[in-house]
Amino acid sequence: MIDTLASFVSELRAVGIPVSTAEAIDAAAALQHVDVGKEASVREALAATMIKVPRYRRAFDTAFDVFFGVGAVEGAEWETSAAGTENAGELAEGIAAALHNDDIAALRRLVGDAVSQLAGFQPGRPVGGRYYLYRVLQRLEGVEELLEDPTDDDRLARAIAADDVAALMERLRMELRREIVRRLVADRGPDPVARTLREALAEDIDLMHATRDELDRIESAIAPLAQKLATRLAQRKRRGGHGRLDLRRTIRASLAHGGALVAPQFRAPRRTKPEIVLLCDVSGSMATFARFTMQFTYAVASQFSRVRTFAFVDEIDDVTRFFGPDHGFAAGLARMTREARLVGRDGHSDYGVVWQRFVERHADVVTPQTTLIVTGDARNNYRDTRTDLFADVANRARAAFWLNPEARRFWDTGDSVMALYARECTAVFEVRTLRQLERFVEQVALWTQKAPLRSLN
Amino acid sequence: MIWDDAAGAAADLQRVGYLADDRIAQVVFLADRLEKPILAEGPAGVGKTSLALAVAAATERKLVRLQCYEGLDEAKALYEWNYHKQLLRLQSDEGKAWYEIEGDIFTEDFLLERPLLEAIRAEEPVVLLIDEVDRVEMETEALLLEVLDAFQVTVPELGTVVARHRPVVILTSNNTRELSEALKRRCLFLHIDYPSVERETRILMERVPELSAVMADKIARTVRSIRELAVRKAPSVSESIDWARTLLALGVDDVDAKITADTLEVLLKYQSDIELTQSELLAT
Repeated sequence: MIDTLASFVSELRAVGIPVSTAEAIDAAAALQHVDVGKEASVREALAATMIKVPRYRRAFDTAFDVFFGVGAVEGAEWETSAAGTENAGELAEGIAAALHNDDIAALRRLVGDAVSQLAGFQPGRPVGGRYYLYRVLQRLEGVEELLEDPTDDDRLARAIAADDVAALMERLRMELRREIVRRLVADRGPDPVARTLREALAEDIDLMHATRDELDRIESAIAPLAQKLATRLAQRKRRGGHGRLDLRRTIRASLAHGGALVAPQFRAPRRTKPEIVLLCDVSGSMATFARFTMQFTYAVASQFSRVRTFAFVDEIDDVTRFFGPDHGFAAGLARMTREARLVGRDGHSDYGVVWQRFVERHADVVTPQTTLIVTGDARNNYRDTRTDLFADVANRARAAFWLNPEARRFWDTGDSVMALYARECTAVFEVRTLRQLERFVEQVALWTQKAPLRSLN
Repeated sequence: MIWDDAAGAAADLQRVGYLADDRIAQVVFLADRLEKPILAEGPAGVGKTSLALAVAAATERKLVRLQCYEGLDEAKALYEWNYHKQLLRLQSDEGKAWYEIEGDIFTEDFLLERPLLEAIRAEEPVVLLIDEVDRVEMETEALLLEVLDAFQVTVPELGTVVARHRPVVILTSNNTRELSEALKRRCLFLHIDYPSVERETRILMERVPELSAVMADKIARTVRSIRELAVRKAPSVSESIDWARTLLALGVDDVDAKITADTLEVLLKYQSDIELTQSELLAT
């Protein structure tokens, strides 16, 4: 058991979950007190001692199934042929009934059969568990339909019914996943299986290459992360040291001590809140990155004296009016896509035209108090870059930062003109994950001319 | 050691009206066995504070509560010398030498016990609730570390006070900020989320006994669907209990879109959330 625990702990660390030695010792101590035959007890005991951030729980559960899942069921053999799919309909019916009646024993048995017959497993083949899960689910697609209970009641009743089905399907996915993991472990041993199942934590997912499912996870992670950043910044602002020496008050105070300068007096610290102007490329693949940047910036908006947002593709529009504390962020985004004029001609990024329009219409927005933040991949579709105009804007600002979600090695390849714009910026950052984005926003909020920004990694 | 296993803890909690799921029961049981504090985290109104109340009631122990807030300091959390009383004592002793008095004014008579010291010095075992610990500053958190680690407090004039009995400690956090690693490392972590439909149904029936099983189930399902929406503040368990009471008082025997729309203010506290729910779930 201790050996398994040790491999389990190193797997958690490999995923990126910090587990201290003290916590691992606590976990071992906790195992002394629980019934190790009961999977659920062991799971909760280990989670309580080692997982201190709810976000990590999903990765923990995945690894737990690999290392502590019950061994393969006796007699449950994989059928290596791709055949057996003719039973899919029957299995789906059985599974739907078991889910509906909440019959766990029947469900587990049928899930075992389904994996045996539908996964098309080949021993030793280095395919991840997700592939098998996908295959089985695809062949069991009848289940969802069978669970649906056509109701012509009102919308509320339909929504409740849909959520019921979603909960049951999640249940099925979980059981299938466990069953598949169980068998893979029996075939290959825990360590390699854990490696193929390993998933990046939400804050480490590459924003540019995220799958749908990963985007959902980023989505649910961003609000709490942004909110925590806001609280942290608010606290830091309130504390902080004192300002410059106040000579007048020091001399005044010295009169009480017969003119000896024993008690230096300081000015209250002067903290200017930066004024932010966001310029976001929202064309195609950049849209997701732009919205994450906006969401983070608006979450800490109280740390800035003002935030103005412009979105652009090959036309630029002031979209500040859609966002702010009075509107929900999602609603604002929907209105922006609907109402803002962002496309001029063909819907492909044209930075040159955008700078030109910005200078024509919004030049007064950028002042020496402004921190300018541009998000985009600087892929200009081989069009005129108008670096001269961008330089004018950037030089007028207090600082100009460019966030590029592409990997640095792809900059200046193809139609990317990052280097041309980078010359005019205070700093350019490769921002590929939420973690880097969070760090950037935090630094910008605290930025002063004296302290250059640190690297985001 | 209070319980033999997690099921025992769950049964005791249920006896006092707290329906613990497997996770909660397991962590409460382990906290007692390992003598470690519980850090309960989760959205507002899912029963973090009431868990502490329930543990106190189930074990028939006194509950000592420390409510945290920004600016909480040692004098409010740990102990304070009763300055006014000391002053009176000094005045009444006028004429005596300092060394005669000094020993007198730093004694227990002049000590004002605050929750942490009270929990440590208690004659009988207690349950210590440190509520909303995420509200104190990082520096104040450090103050808790000595207490949570060794259950001892050092008062310079009196020496180190060690707990006679290890109290069961429950810290709650609404997670408005990340707590320090040092604090988390010392605790068992318990994430309490909104309950499953089944558990919420049971909670509703427990707390509103007049409610029928069908109604409780219907209410729990409706509340879950509202929580699925992107609302700013999802309805908490206490709000669904309030809603159940409201529906009962109105004499309603079925939950439909109309009655939900009429009573939505009980569940949702933001106008924008109410509008969102209206348009997403209730509009025909």
